[in-house]
Amino acid sequence: MSQIPADLRYTKSHEWVRLAADGTAIVGITDFAQATLGDITYVQLPKPGATLAARQVFGVVESVKAASDLYMPVAGTVAEINPALASAPETVNKSPYESGWMMKLHLTAPSELTALFDSAAYEKLLT
Amino acid sequence: MSELQHTPLRDFHFAHGGRLVDFAGWEMPIQYRSILDEHRAVRRAAGLFDVSHMGEVDVRGPEANKFLQHLITNDVNKLFPGRVLYSAMCYENGGVVDDLLVYQRGADDYFLCINAGNIAKDLAWLRGQAHGFSVTITDRSADYALLAVQGPRAAAIVQSLTSAPLGLVKYYHFIEGIVAGVHCLISRTGYTGEDGFELYHAPGAAVELAEALLAAGAPHGLELVGLGARDSLRLEAGYPLYGHELSADISPLTAGLGRMVKLAKPCGFVGAEALRAEDAAGGTKRVVFFKTGDRRIVRADTPVIGSAGATVGRVLSGTLSPMLNEAIGTALVPASAVTEPLVVDIRGEKINLFLVKPPFFPLKNNL
Repeated sequence: MSQIPADLRYTKSHEWVRLAADGTAIVGITDFAQATLGDITYVQLPKPGATLAARQVFGVVESVKAASDLYMPVAGTVAEINPALASAPETVNKSPYESGWMMKLHLTAPSELTALFDSAAYEKLLT
Repeated sequence: MSELQHTPLRDFHFAHGGRLVDFAGWEMPIQYRSILDEHRAVRRAAGLFDVSHMGEVDVRGPEANKFLQHLITNDVNKLFPGRVLYSAMCYENGGVVDDLLVYQRGADDYFLCINAGNIAKDLAWLRGQAHGFSVTITDRSADYALLAVQGPRAAAIVQSLTSAPLGLVKYYHFIEGIVAGVHCLISRTGYTGEDGFELYHAPGAAVELAEALLAAGAPHGLELVGLGARDSLRLEAGYPLYGHELSADISPLTAGLGRMVKLAKPCGFVGAEALRAEDAAGGTKRVVFFKTGDRRIVRADTPVIGSAGATVGRVLSGTLSPMLNEAIGTALVPASAVTEPLVVDIRGEKINLFLVKPPFFPLKNNL
């Protein structure tokens, strides 16, 4: 069974978003996504400062089996990327919601978050 | 769409968390837990593989030796009862029908192990080539399950389940014996670059044998290993996979496997003339092995770009080496291109291919 934390928002392309206390949004991929991809071998992320629209490709996650695009859940400017993933991309497999986070965003329009799935709706998507 | 075939271990794989996929028409475990971890377990300790999808063929009769000499590129006379030979069998034009293992059991009694995806094609080829030879060809694929135990702990694990003197069985040799109560052809061969055994046995005994090997292997660190790690292990070891480094369009000489092409066999063999011509001319294309120093996987069919910026070849196999932590692979390129800088484009970035002589990783087998 996939882990689906209740306090996150989700996309149909299996990214998650967590609103941090400082107003930034943290983005990663779901437990379902990492399990489906299998061993993650490379994560390509944008440069801090890049501004991207909702649903735009922000990076690529590679597994032994395939390479898959990553999509912006909401519009924003990249504040920070997870530096651990360059040398240890398998962190996404081990901890998709915590140490395997991918980037922090300054949101362009925080209200966009409400349009994303909540955990119940995302769980329904997987069944 | 025809139904997938499955081995007697399908339920065993499900019960042990195997993720089953379609492989050459067979429902096979691609992985159990993690391809990278399973790969490392084989290099560190041992792995147990279900390779029951492989095909088996009996070749028997007074002209079995003569027929096989005609059929395959290697020299059958290197065999004696208990010895195994790796070879290709070729079309007249030098392209490869399949690569295979040839076992000699007795004077007129040979046994072939062939690729799962090629069973029907190979049998048709074998029967077509057998005209005029006093030989009987029998498809035995349904009569054998095949479990491989590979890795530095493999010999200790299998020995704990048999009184057969495994210490006397050298690499590429075999004996018959009882392992965990199951009659097996015990072959000291494999596809990982490690020491290990391949155990041919009756399908009805497969679950019993697999459970016994898993239980005996656990204290040694043995893990179940799927076809995903089987592929990365063979690539790291520098072994070809039919349909990638060997095919109807890639001869064994192009693939760098000249050591199993015996052009001097007095009887000749199918494809000898074409291969002799390729050998004399030096060959226009070559299979090369590369690494990149980068973690991005260079996948099969990626174009290879030469120094002039044009596509000169293509990638045949590519993966991340779990031992080197960098991308490794093979490519088919013009022989003239092997001395020039070669690159591939991955998502707009040029990645250099550094050509190397395999294996990528020092192997511990005693070939």
